[in-house]
Amino acid sequence: MNNSVERRSALKDNEVAWFERMLEIREFEKQTNLLFASGSIRGTTHLCVGQEALAVGIASVLNKDDVVAATYRGHGLALALGLSSHSALAEIMGKATGCAGGLGGSMHLCDSSVGILPTSAIIGGGMPIAAGAALAFQIQKKSNVAVAVFGDGATNIGAFHETLNLAAIWKLPVIFICDNNVYGEYSRFNITTPIEDLHTRADSYDMPNLKIDGMDIYTVRTALEAAVERARTGGGPTLIEAKTYRFSGHSRADTAPYRPEGELAEWEKRDPLKVTQEHLIAKGLLSSEKIAKMISETEEFIQATIKKVLNDPEPTVKDMFKNILAESKN
Amino acid sequence: MPALRFRQAIVAALTDEMSADPTVITFGEDIAAAEGVFKATEGLLATFGPERVRDTPISEMAFTGAAVGAAMMGMKPVVEIMFIEFLGVALDQLVTEAAKMRYLSQGQYSVPMVVRASSGSGLGFGCQHSQTLENWVAATPGLKVVTPSDPQSAYSLLRASIADPDPVVFLEPRILYAERGEVDFNLKMKLGQARVLTTGSDLTIVALGNMVNVSKAAIAQSGVSADLIDLGTIVPWDRETVLNSVRKSKRLIVVEEAPLSGGWGSEIIATVTRELFSSLVSAPFRITTPDIPVPFNGSLEAKFAPNAADVCRQILESMKNNSVPDAWWVSEGVAK
Repeated sequence: MNNSVERRSALKDNEVAWFERMLEIREFEKQTNLLFASGSIRGTTHLCVGQEALAVGIASVLNKDDVVAATYRGHGLALALGLSSHSALAEIMGKATGCAGGLGGSMHLCDSSVGILPTSAIIGGGMPIAAGAALAFQIQKKSNVAVAVFGDGATNIGAFHETLNLAAIWKLPVIFICDNNVYGEYSRFNITTPIEDLHTRADSYDMPNLKIDGMDIYTVRTALEAAVERARTGGGPTLIEAKTYRFSGHSRADTAPYRPEGELAEWEKRDPLKVTQEHLIAKGLLSSEKIAKMISETEEFIQATIKKVLNDPEPTVKDMFKNILAESKN
Repeated sequence: MPALRFRQAIVAALTDEMSADPTVITFGEDIAAAEGVFKATEGLLATFGPERVRDTPISEMAFTGAAVGAAMMGMKPVVEIMFIEFLGVALDQLVTEAAKMRYLSQGQYSVPMVVRASSGSGLGFGCQHSQTLENWVAATPGLKVVTPSDPQSAYSLLRASIADPDPVVFLEPRILYAERGEVDFNLKMKLGQARVLTTGSDLTIVALGNMVNVSKAAIAQSGVSADLIDLGTIVPWDRETVLNSVRKSKRLIVVEEAPLSGGWGSEIIATVTRELFSSLVSAPFRITTPDIPVPFNGSLEAKFAPNAADVCRQILESMKNNSVPDAWWVSEGVAK
């Protein structure tokens, strides 16, 4: 069993492991931001701070043979699904040890062993592909499901509507998860979209749909379990709108000055880490002392990972000529 | 050998691949119940049933992308884009997703899919349904681009395209769908391997799709001794066959049904010029369409794409004094 598969199965029915993974994602993103600011990461980054509950919730419900088509804001989901912090950070830093050999970058993470399709840097780009994966499962009579995760902005692009329609008429085993983090790039979604609840768009396609609190992993899991069960048993697709919040800016050095005053602080009260922590303490599964220890261990782990990645080799000139077509694969 | 119409050769290739390989599926607009607007999927629904032969909504982006996802999960989808122009609304899925999956996954995922599309002028469909557009996709690493010129190459190259492990864009000249030709079902053709259809000593003509037929007629009219190379595949194109021919003939004309600017023929001429510059007896040149949309009017449309009479004129002029003849719109003083 490889590392990714082990990391994935560690989430099975283990509430403490969910919290641990959320901590890892939070610290990973924090350090990614610092590495970008200091010039150690080139290009761009899109952080998912504030959206960890949705990522880990998805990963804890799906099987490793299910597939997920995610987006350029994909560090958290990839880590949740099993990709190692080392492989992800190495990719983000363009190292040969990255999941795409350092040829993809921050927006393109992939790991077929746990069903992470190459994440797309095109808004809505992964949606038809998830439907196609689901079509394959349907024809192959497999019980696997495909999941497309996308933002609120994607609900205004053609791929969203075309794919919902196609998935509905073919009853494909696909779950559409709209991670509504309130902002599409630099625009608040109410400026670009005339409705408050995006999930209702699935009504046009006669597709079951619902909105959930995306800040609470337990809510995420309950909704997703029902949708997955429907998909696996031939009931077709579901659209879930998870209400989340993007704690950081859109990308790079964006500090989100366009946010209304106080909005971030309001959402931070429902920080998914805080929400999960409260659940776990109430259930007696964790104590404040134990949490403090987990946080410092996570910090140490990510620091050690950074050290390793900094010493990792760069891809060679030869590497960029590989994997264009089958013939050129070495 | 049976004489089949071009569209029937497409049906035969699909039928044979689908019979041989249960992972081959096909979908597109009106390809199942209606059997395709060009009848290039006739009988497939009856033979293979609605799971493998599907009508789609008019949603090129969704169904092209669905082919990408299904291909990544072990199927071999063949999608039909009714007119290549409709690829415009699905280009993201082909150029930016399908062509990048092997690279971004470092070989963990491959995309063995085929996009079939009708292409080209001559049927009076107007400028939004008459383009060839192969140059759109030929400039994207990660895609292969194929255009057959007769029923035999339609059959053999489509089978090779479906069997190929990478995404292939298969462009079918619309004007040829009803044309008949003998088809040997045992004849295998490889992608990237050109066919030398006539052999001669004085000139090499490289052409694609229906321009192969136009060039063949022009060579016959001109009486010159020429190699006619049917390229068949633009990406990857067969350098060896082209270079070997020009080494011998020392003269090259490329005939393209595409606008003058930005055509694949320029790549062929650039390569030949680089490799064989000192041995050429005249400058290689291209015969193309002008840089204009396809006109609707019948006589103008006939003038628009290279035709046998004009190709013959240019062959004879160039042979006479080893010069490059003017395009018709220049020699007739219509445009620069």
